[in-house]
Amino acid sequence: MAQSGNDIADLKAAVKASQSAGDNAWILMSAALVLMMTGPGLALFYSGLVRRRNVLGTMMQSFAMMAVVSLLWAICGYSLVFDQGSPLLGGLHYLFLHGVGAAPNADYAPTIPHTTFMIYQMMFAVITPALIGGAFAERVHFKATLLFSVIWMFLVYFPVAHMVWGKGGFLNAFSGGAIPVFDFAGGTVVHITSGFSALATAIMIGKRRGYPAEPMKPHSLVLSFVGACLLWFGWFGFNAGSALAASSLASSAFVATHLAAAAGAVAWMIAEQVRNGKPSALGAISGAVAGLATVTQGAGFVQPFAAVLIGFIAGFVCYAMVGVVKMKFGYDDSLDAFGVHGVGGLVGCLLTGVFATRLINDGLKTAGGQAAMLGAIDGNPRQILNQAIGAVIGIAFGLIGTFVALKVTGLITPIRIGAQEEAEGMDIALHGEEAYVLED
Amino acid sequence: MFKIEAIIQPSKLGAVREALKAIGVEGITIAEVRGHGRQKGHKEVYRGREYLVDLLPKIRLEMVVTEAHKEDVIEAILGAARTGKIGDGKIFVYRVEGAIRIRNADRGEAAL
Repeated sequence: MAQSGNDIADLKAAVKASQSAGDNAWILMSAALVLMMTGPGLALFYSGLVRRRNVLGTMMQSFAMMAVVSLLWAICGYSLVFDQGSPLLGGLHYLFLHGVGAAPNADYAPTIPHTTFMIYQMMFAVITPALIGGAFAERVHFKATLLFSVIWMFLVYFPVAHMVWGKGGFLNAFSGGAIPVFDFAGGTVVHITSGFSALATAIMIGKRRGYPAEPMKPHSLVLSFVGACLLWFGWFGFNAGSALAASSLASSAFVATHLAAAAGAVAWMIAEQVRNGKPSALGAISGAVAGLATVTQGAGFVQPFAAVLIGFIAGFVCYAMVGVVKMKFGYDDSLDAFGVHGVGGLVGCLLTGVFATRLINDGLKTAGGQAAMLGAIDGNPRQILNQAIGAVIGIAFGLIGTFVALKVTGLITPIRIGAQEEAEGMDIALHGEEAYVLED
Repeated sequence: MFKIEAIIQPSKLGAVREALKAIGVEGITIAEVRGHGRQKGHKEVYRGREYLVDLLPKIRLEMVVTEAHKEDVIEAILGAARTGKIGDGKIFVYRVEGAIRIRNADRGEAAL
């Protein structure tokens, strides 16, 4: 008897170890995929859309986040988001990654090393401030970008990410938050915060000199195309990785992500066909990114054809924002960080309240231990209101945090580059190099 | 000696080179340029923003030929580069005072 008891214990340990190995492999891979979205994905996507004198400066706005935010995350960011702390902000127990090791953190991901969870979440923190840069492209000092981004992380990303994802967070549906918000992969935490912050920066920093009278055509849609395809590819790590296991939920999120991207691309192409008679390559890739940003919030909660609908709506709504509404208001959201990520994030947040279903995600339990109703289609229309409150909080933090972060940055270092530097371009004026050297 | 400078549609470069090769033109220099004559530009739309593009891509060919060869070259280019629509380009003919081959200092027509 004792012998067979030991055998069963050994077997259980072996099953656990092999599940952990599988989950760990997928989440490490996903972490690398999400990093790839910032560099080279977003860096290429954005730098192809600027003029050729600002290519390296634009790439550096993304790449620098891979360096600076990674360190910030290890020093205190991870702790401020994922330590229990208060409902608004995490605590300091994980400062300098203290206590973050091989043993899983059962509150978040019980089958993978805590270290894996930490590095995976780091990549989300890296891309979020990089997204904002699209709104103030071609006109801001590199130093100001860095300083603004660091302050912004403290005022916006850390609190919002903690509220939505951190243990005890005010909006965390899975840890008893007062207002339960479903945000599977960062529709609110990443896209609403960065998108609305982007709008605030575009308005506060002002237009590029000469906008909109002078032509400011994308200098290389080839770069943007490659970047967008890398974003699509990396997004599987972003959304399917957010299952935090190599599980059927990851597969479900993977499918939802892909279908929404496809539907977004089709919708944008249709909109352009109707309006201009020509579906453009830039339009198709913009639509895919809009679909991806919009499905992020619900990726692990919605059924495949809800994702298709979400992607379609994203394509049309984001097209209308960047192609019509932006012109009417006249702000210079240069690369449409707000029009795609802010608007897409908001639409996706609300639609998650409609389409989230326990048929896909049974992680939330009722008092009786059964899968709780999630969105309106499960019979819980109140969730739309919860999602809206979450969105409003994300928007408020984004707008107010950006206002404060820009004001503080401006007291320490100049934000806008001078007229001469803007004419010469960021590459030479700020970085002392050129993207394209034509002579040997 | 005459210099023939032709500005043509980029899509006609292959046909023009074939035609020139057929009549024995050996030296040629080309450049990708932008410009317009009477041709109107076209509209481009990027995320709903319209741009009128009137500096269009063209190819500029330059070659220096003997007087005996001049009309043949012009005919060859006319024959190969013409579509009959606005935007086909132009041919300019200049008198050339001298030509020197750098490798061996040959002068005049011997340098062509």
